[in-house]
Amino acid sequence: MIEILEILANPNFWAATIRIATPLVFGVLGALLCERAGVLNLGIEGIFTAGAMAGWMAAWLGAGLWGGVLVAAVAGGLFGLLHAVLTVPLGLSQHVSGLGVTLLATSVAYFGYRTALPDVSSPPRIEPFPPLDVPLLSELPFFGPALFQHTALTWLALGMVVVVWWVMTRTPLGLAIRAVGDNPDAVDAQGLSVYGLRIGAVMAGSALMAVGGAFLTMAAFDAFFFGMVNGRGWICIALVIFASWRPWKALFGALLFGAFDAFQVRLQTAFGEEVPGQLFLMTPYILSIIALVVAARRADYPRALLAPWFKGQR
Amino acid sequence: MTRISKPLGRRMFMAVAAATAALFTLPAAAEEKADVAAIYTVPVEQQWVSRIHKALKAAEAEGRITYEFSENVANTDYERVMREYAEADKDLVVGEAFAVERAARNVAADYPEVAFLMGSSFGPAKPNFAVFDNWIHEPSYLTGMIAGEMTESDKIGMVGGFAIPEVNRLMHAFMAGAREVNPEVCFMVSFINSWYDPPKAKEAAFAQMDAGADIMYAERFGVSDAAVERDVKAIGNVIDTAGDYPDTILASAIWHMEPTIDQAIEDVASGDFEAADYGQYSFMAHGGGSIVIDESLVPEKVVEEVEATKQEILNGMFRVNVNDEEPSSDC
Repeated sequence: MIEILEILANPNFWAATIRIATPLVFGVLGALLCERAGVLNLGIEGIFTAGAMAGWMAAWLGAGLWGGVLVAAVAGGLFGLLHAVLTVPLGLSQHVSGLGVTLLATSVAYFGYRTALPDVSSPPRIEPFPPLDVPLLSELPFFGPALFQHTALTWLALGMVVVVWWVMTRTPLGLAIRAVGDNPDAVDAQGLSVYGLRIGAVMAGSALMAVGGAFLTMAAFDAFFFGMVNGRGWICIALVIFASWRPWKALFGALLFGAFDAFQVRLQTAFGEEVPGQLFLMTPYILSIIALVVAARRADYPRALLAPWFKGQR
Repeated sequence: MTRISKPLGRRMFMAVAAATAALFTLPAAAEEKADVAAIYTVPVEQQWVSRIHKALKAAEAEGRITYEFSENVANTDYERVMREYAEADKDLVVGEAFAVERAARNVAADYPEVAFLMGSSFGPAKPNFAVFDNWIHEPSYLTGMIAGEMTESDKIGMVGGFAIPEVNRLMHAFMAGAREVNPEVCFMVSFINSWYDPPKAKEAAFAQMDAGADIMYAERFGVSDAAVERDVKAIGNVIDTAGDYPDTILASAIWHMEPTIDQAIEDVASGDFEAADYGQYSFMAHGGGSIVIDESLVPEKVVEEVEATKQEILNGMFRVNVNDEEPSSDC
């Protein structure tokens, strides 16, 4: 017990929680945006990879860190456009198209990497986003190291929570996106473009996902490796259900998963002698499943999710 | 007619003679070169695989072999790629059978005229399935001695990919070396269950440093990065990364695949290739393992102690024990 309290009392644990959660926050917000418009985007894992690769590569080629983030977002948006065109006007299966986009985006990222760097023995490194010390607040005894020494991308992730929440609940655009995911016929009757709204939402959501990937190669680490996304995208798909498609709950879900993961590595070190390490490795996923089971009972899913809509058809 | 045709005829003769000579010499020259193919389940950047790739590249550059490779081959696809290279009449196929032991052995049995040299946790299989592994437990033991001497908190952190024999035995050798010089030392061990997730490896390393580790055994990419950020020292494994992390890597246990590859190429060329365990060519005595020490970071006294043990290993006076059990934390 003492060990567990010691872990929780260490500000580094909370800092690790936020670091682990940051890419998930981008990913969940992106998935939320797509699904609120009625489109499930299983391309997320591939879009993460493409964003991780594109952002890092752009920064390495001299576009600067923020230039890299922008390139990642554009790359994500383009894969989002592909998924949207296949599933919205063409009305194809969102599951199949999404998995196809994941396979394509992952392979394109690897192909681009290998084409650009055929002979390297370890990938070139960039100067990643440094942790920013928030003036005064970062000096606080416990909260300083835990909350106020994060990279700019973590602050961007938190900012995006506010932006997505504000757009979705306080603007006509947000109302239209929510409506297109619940009742596209009503949106059409209002004279708004169902296709336009859905395609736009999927592109914007995919751009967010790609920035989540870019966080991995541009802040959490400083180089791109094959396979380094390692299932983070799929976690986001589960978290968005846990969050019941609400931005603040999405932030909470990502932080909860981050805390489980940060806790797990510390438990492995503290109790590795008595308990097999694999058990701890499982915990974030098992706890996520339990949380999902509890939360999903009351999940308020978008009514038109997964349902293709064709103009003029009832 | 004759006046013109004569010089032409002579030229013709020369050309035909040269062409014939080329026809006979070219295949002969090509036959001396073994056709080697390699199949990797990860990209060639991965530490372990990069050592094999480097050795084969060197042999290719020296004109001893032709070399083709497939990287990032999924385990589910491994058998197919093996068969493709075997069907293409390669002389030697190099790869890693860890996750496809049974399938790989079946393929090898179907192509008895092709030599297979595979990374494997098991033994060779007659007639043509030879095995190798990164047997660098000896230099790992030596780096452990350095870590044991240099730690001030007597806590050493170790982050590994998967707890498989290849990883476990190096960790155990490292731990044995550290305990030999410092009985007080204890270890924190965690696995991230991924070969390629540097951000996750980094988080695991941070967690161990939070718990007091002041030397990190860097089995995975990401651990040394965490060490640099917290100004802690690290021990390298398989490849030399000292250049990427200045003032951080105390020492590294390096794997050299060249002796294994050279021996295999020689055996294939001379027709002596058989199902054998090539693991010994990764031992220090064969030049398959070595230690590099950053002497600006490690005191001279420690370096001398390590050098003495190294000599004992090379002379056969000291044997580093092999333990494939999964290591666990004891802090």
